[in-house]
Amino acid sequence: MPNPAVPTSAHGEPIIRVENLVAGYGDVRIFDDVSFEVRRGEVFVILGGSGCGKSTLMKNMIGLHQPFSGRVLIDGDDIVSARGDARLRILRKIGVMYQQGALFGSMTLRENIELPMEEFTELPREAMDRIAESKLKMVQLEGTAGRFPAELSGGMRKRAAIARAMALDPELLFLDEPSAGLDPITSAELDDTILRLARTLGITFVIVTHELPSIYEIADRVIMLDKEKKGIVATGSPEQLRDHCEIEWVRRFFRRETDPGAEAAV
Amino acid sequence: MTAPAPARRSRGAVLRTTTGERGERVLTLEGRLDGSSTARLWREATAAARSAGDRGLVVDAAGVDYCDGAGAALLAAIEELSDDGGGSFELRGLRDDLRELVALVAPSKREAAPPPPEPSSIVRLGRGGVQVGRDLRRLVSFIGEAVVALAMVARHPRQLRVRDTIAIAERAGIGAIPIVVGVGFLLGLILAFQGAIPMKRFAAEIFVADLLGLSMLRELGPLMAAILLTARSGSAFAAEIGTMKVNEEIDALTTMGLEPVRFLVVPRVLAAMAVVPALAMATSLSGLLGGLLVYRSLGFPTVTFVNRVVDMVQPFDVAGGLMKAMVFGIIVAAVGCLRGIDTGQGAQAVGISTTSAVVSGIVAIAITDGIFAVVFYVLGI
Repeated sequence: MPNPAVPTSAHGEPIIRVENLVAGYGDVRIFDDVSFEVRRGEVFVILGGSGCGKSTLMKNMIGLHQPFSGRVLIDGDDIVSARGDARLRILRKIGVMYQQGALFGSMTLRENIELPMEEFTELPREAMDRIAESKLKMVQLEGTAGRFPAELSGGMRKRAAIARAMALDPELLFLDEPSAGLDPITSAELDDTILRLARTLGITFVIVTHELPSIYEIADRVIMLDKEKKGIVATGSPEQLRDHCEIEWVRRFFRRETDPGAEAAV
Repeated sequence: MTAPAPARRSRGAVLRTTTGERGERVLTLEGRLDGSSTARLWREATAAARSAGDRGLVVDAAGVDYCDGAGAALLAAIEELSDDGGGSFELRGLRDDLRELVALVAPSKREAAPPPPEPSSIVRLGRGGVQVGRDLRRLVSFIGEAVVALAMVARHPRQLRVRDTIAIAERAGIGAIPIVVGVGFLLGLILAFQGAIPMKRFAAEIFVADLLGLSMLRELGPLMAAILLTARSGSAFAAEIGTMKVNEEIDALTTMGLEPVRFLVVPRVLAAMAVVPALAMATSLSGLLGGLLVYRSLGFPTVTFVNRVVDMVQPFDVAGGLMKAMVFGIIVAAVGCLRGIDTGQGAQAVGISTTSAVVSGIVAIAITDGIFAVVFYVLGI
């Protein structure tokens, strides 16, 4: 296990290994032979234009969608072929924040966070309440445990969803478009939360997004997907891709949105 | 040039149709070509463009001082119609900025793919049949899945979400009491009354009690309770679960390792299984009460009614009715949940699921009731 306090450049062994993934819907192939690794402790971003399959790739990685072929090894276990208890063991290692939060509307935030604990642990109620509070504190939502999701703003709902995803202390957090629909300030606050959790708890993040400012702020490594190639066209840190990527449109993509002001901030 | 045809005035824009020196059609447009004047001129202008045929068409738009999206669409439509006619086309005198707007509106000139041929009615019928078959198979396999999950919960009762189950049973059961009692009472009343009319011809009104007792307890009570549950709760299950699906809550459950079938379907099926027999009993008893009212009005005492019903109805009739009600409960809840889980994307999809839950729920009840009737007949019960 890497020391969480160590800067992001020194990331450990792979925690996710995607091997020769071929996936799509019905007769349509969206990926043709995609392979990559996510290392322990890094903030890993899946990037690409609309319709290139970012969310589909994530759905395949968390076992919500069955690929045509290929493997997704999470800590050495293949989530694609795992069934029953083996699958449950893998799912216990991951937490997911969905685009709209996907909090259960009929439950308070406390109940939302306690649900996985109720199902999978023997913790007494008092302990669960305490843990739920602490998870909310980690995402700066202290004191909101009794509120319902509908009473929260969009940014708060997403942070609450992160708190719920962390209920069972997963090693891996998947975030689907965390900045979508948020104003720049709220989005930056969410970035801070993600960075703090990555640094202090050593959680590995896999984030699907196309918000460039956010990517420069949080990403250790990025993979760029392309609709035409049906796979990954570039891998590296945002700065590497901006300055040294062989593909011109990728370099342009990373530059265009950032110059001139934002680039200075990077 | 021939003499101009009388100009057609519209508020803002004017259209003149003339014939040019080489026989081509000339449309002269002047003034403000906005939404309202375009609406007035559209039919005439497109008819003129169509009538140009292969003689060629010139649109003189030098006098157009304003043109919005609708006006641009008209100019683009005129050009397209002229192209279809096979003659030459010229747009003359239009200001450059307005010309750009027209270019923006005009469809790109490329060979449109021919529309796929409309399938014949036999093909459509066949596809519809296949779809119904698939749907039925999915329904049966889902009900099977729900029953397996129920058996799992029976073996590991700790897995049951007791609080959810009780809350759902309360909503679906106690909430439905007023309507099942009301409908049951009226049903009994009507049935007794309608039964009494033909029976009177044979002086057999006394047997109205037999008719009512047997039909309510064995058939109509469970059937009405199940249909009312479909309308009240089957639709609610589909809408609740459908909304959860749209909001990705079902995905969230799955990635938390909580099987949606165990988490959402089992409590609902179990609750429905528990409340439908009770509701069926409430329907039957209130039906008998309604029948009793008619019976007394025919001049018979209450005790005769009770005696006849008790004589006629065997314990198995009641037990069979309750068993049927329980099966109906499983089917109604499972269909509602299945429709919810199969919901597509968007608010409209939730509406479709809700409607479908009620329709297929009632169809499933009717089919199951038919199967019960045959089985009971064969067993001689």
